[in-house]
Amino acid sequence: MTDLVRMTGIEKRFPGVHALKNVSFDLGSGEVHALMGENGAGKSTLMKILSGIYPKDGGEILVNGREADLDGPRAAQDLGIGIIHQELSLMNDLTVAQNIFIGREPRFRFGRLDEAALNARAVEIFKSMNLKLDPRTIVGELTIARQQMVEIAKALSYRSRVLIMDEPTAALNDAEIAELFTIIRRLKADGVGIIYISHKMDELQQIADRVTVMRDGAYVGTVGAKETPVAKIISMMVGRDVASEPVDIPDFDNAETVLEVRGLSRGREIRDVSFSVRKGEILGFAGLMGAGRTEVARAIFGADRRDSGEILVHGKPCAISQPSDAVKAGIGYLSEDRKHFGLATGMDVRTNIALASFDRFSSRLGVLSEEGMRRTAQDYIGKLEIRTPSDRQEVRLLSGGNQQKVVIAKWLFRDCDILIFDEPTRGIDVGAKSEIYKLLKNLASEGRVVIVISSELPEIMRLSHRIAVMCEGRLTGILPGGDATTQEDIMHLATLRAPSMQPEGYPQ
Amino acid sequence: MTAVNTSSTPSFAARLFEAGAHQKLLAFASLVLLLIGFSIASPNFMQTSNMIAILQATSVNGVLAVAATLVIITGGIDLSVGTLMTFCAVIAGVVLTNLGLPLPLGVIAAIAAGAFCGLCSGTFVAKMKIPPFIATLGMMLILKGLSLVISGTRPIYFNDTPGFDQISLGSIIGEVVPSLPIPNGVLILFLVAGCTAWILSRTVLGRYCFALGSNEEAVRLSGVNTDRWKIAIYALAGSIVGIGGLVMASRLNSAQPALGLGYELEAIAAVVIGGTSLSGGRGTIVGTLIGALIMAVLTNGLRVLSVAQEWQTVVTGAIIILAVYADMVRRRKS
Repeated sequence: MTDLVRMTGIEKRFPGVHALKNVSFDLGSGEVHALMGENGAGKSTLMKILSGIYPKDGGEILVNGREADLDGPRAAQDLGIGIIHQELSLMNDLTVAQNIFIGREPRFRFGRLDEAALNARAVEIFKSMNLKLDPRTIVGELTIARQQMVEIAKALSYRSRVLIMDEPTAALNDAEIAELFTIIRRLKADGVGIIYISHKMDELQQIADRVTVMRDGAYVGTVGAKETPVAKIISMMVGRDVASEPVDIPDFDNAETVLEVRGLSRGREIRDVSFSVRKGEILGFAGLMGAGRTEVARAIFGADRRDSGEILVHGKPCAISQPSDAVKAGIGYLSEDRKHFGLATGMDVRTNIALASFDRFSSRLGVLSEEGMRRTAQDYIGKLEIRTPSDRQEVRLLSGGNQQKVVIAKWLFRDCDILIFDEPTRGIDVGAKSEIYKLLKNLASEGRVVIVISSELPEIMRLSHRIAVMCEGRLTGILPGGDATTQEDIMHLATLRAPSMQPEGYPQ
Repeated sequence: MTAVNTSSTPSFAARLFEAGAHQKLLAFASLVLLLIGFSIASPNFMQTSNMIAILQATSVNGVLAVAATLVIITGGIDLSVGTLMTFCAVIAGVVLTNLGLPLPLGVIAAIAAGAFCGLCSGTFVAKMKIPPFIATLGMMLILKGLSLVISGTRPIYFNDTPGFDQISLGSIIGEVVPSLPIPNGVLILFLVAGCTAWILSRTVLGRYCFALGSNEEAVRLSGVNTDRWKIAIYALAGSIVGIGGLVMASRLNSAQPALGLGYELEAIAAVVIGGTSLSGGRGTIVGTLIGALIMAVLTNGLRVLSVAQEWQTVVTGAIIILAVYADMVRRRKS
């Protein structure tokens, strides 16, 4: 097996983060090499370096045995390295062929386009993939799986010898996954090397030759895919020590059930999710990216519609069809994307804290009391230790941790007794994290219900009284918090696909 | 680790240089420069009568621009203000002249018609999720047509309603200070502008205006019924346009059903020159007033200098592009 790519000692730093530490990776011709690791392990960063999107800070990259200088996506393309991003980057209103050759359209004189040649070339590529697809189809009319095929065709049109696939099956159903695997095997037979990033354990056994595991920006090891048991790979992925501060789990036997969700469903994203949370409890939601945790939270909050399912607050059914209904029922939702969904970033701290509660500051005619808003803002700035020069500061100028505190203040002031935190510490530096943790614990001990969604297992384990685990829209289990549960237990549930999901009937 | 939580009021100088104020300052400086330039070029320009003519010319466009500012701050746009103004004038004509009802009823009817049409536009935008540009474009055409239908394409005169022309042309100030006969239309503009500025800065409605323009989704996820507030804002803007319709009709002592198209663009131009961001979230009424004055001064000054009307239009267009470009350059620097 000849080496297509050999990366050794790769280093990458971002401000405040050592993203890649001495990472090695190699790929042979005709090989499918899976790259695994938890969210934030550094897989995507490594692949962005290989595809020329990020410059590396150290280390060596050999492509076809020669040192490669990947100073941009174009340089990587020229060396035959193609990447298919998790979010497809196609232009939905153009045809398949127009998408594949965007920027390189065959032309006549005076810039007139040669559509016939364009379509003919696209057909040629499809033929090499054994794919039946009309090049004149509008991309937006294709299924996600077919769009992915177009992306692959586009990568091949650059005569790619190395194909990087970032979670290619995230949005595919079983039949589509089988179709994708058929094409991968075909490319493999032609000597193309494929780097396959995925969270799904069972796919590895089917498609990968070797597996490399990364953790916390470092290389952990490379093993054969067929002969290594899934449990071994999981333990390689999570093998880090949990910052152990024992979770103190109160006795909830007599606690009132504050929030109950029954049979929540929507399409493929949320499948029959039921759970309940008691007064003063912190319920963690663990799962891999795309497991449907955020979707569940938004559906409970009324931000997105739901197909079916009942939400009971204090034992009473609650008709929640939009966020204002949820807020009336005392539910607050703190989105993972504070800038887009949590804050009016161009407005000041004072207004943002009052944003959900203007009715409490206004007279019957709707005149706002600035003085009341100022006092409330100052009160919370003190209580939550929000570091800001004044309550008139625009929130976009605050640090991530302090922005998060502003959002928390908004919901505390609205008097919500059910708070759903979606990735509460994303984009927040380490010091501020423990402050947020302390805050969440205090909220629970004051008798509020706290739901924490997090992709960081240590965070979930450090906070949760109980841990709900999701995989592909289903709630695969609820584990007790504390020492009884290990990261392996959680990862096992997080990768537990329904038995019927096994693809079958593809040619070997 | 204590949080600094003094709420200091920024000094006047600091406020002048903060984001919104800067463009206002720029616009204000341009206005002063224009005034100085024209008064040097022509001795007739600075006379009281000419100044009053400029203010008079600003009154209608100013009121419409104030209404447009509200909608633009939410991140929307209202193309229907011009034809809505005419529609409200026609409604006043129907109530006062055709039905012969007393003056206050005509005033109320015009403002109510404006509010109702704004409510419709707001509903199209908020509930039916039609982009504001399209919703108000449709409304613009509907109202233009309705004005012609209701009036039978003929102007409605207010000769039977004595005192109607005084709404705009009379001068309460002139009765007290005879040397300063500022017409009521101008007074109405400043009253409307003052009230709207107050609403924007002091009321829930005003705060939601900015919040919606700043990040609508965050506001919705805060549990605010954003649809209802948006409709309310469009309705308020509509009622202000109703007042503009009255000022216009009073000045002409008639409702001219064919008028109105094009006024919406002049209003939007005034808003933009005044430093309100078309992407929403930022804007001031004072800026809009200055913007409207700049346009009136320009038109008037060029006319005093006997520049052909065709060229006046060209210059106005160039000024709009310059004003927005200056704003872009400033924002890129900061």
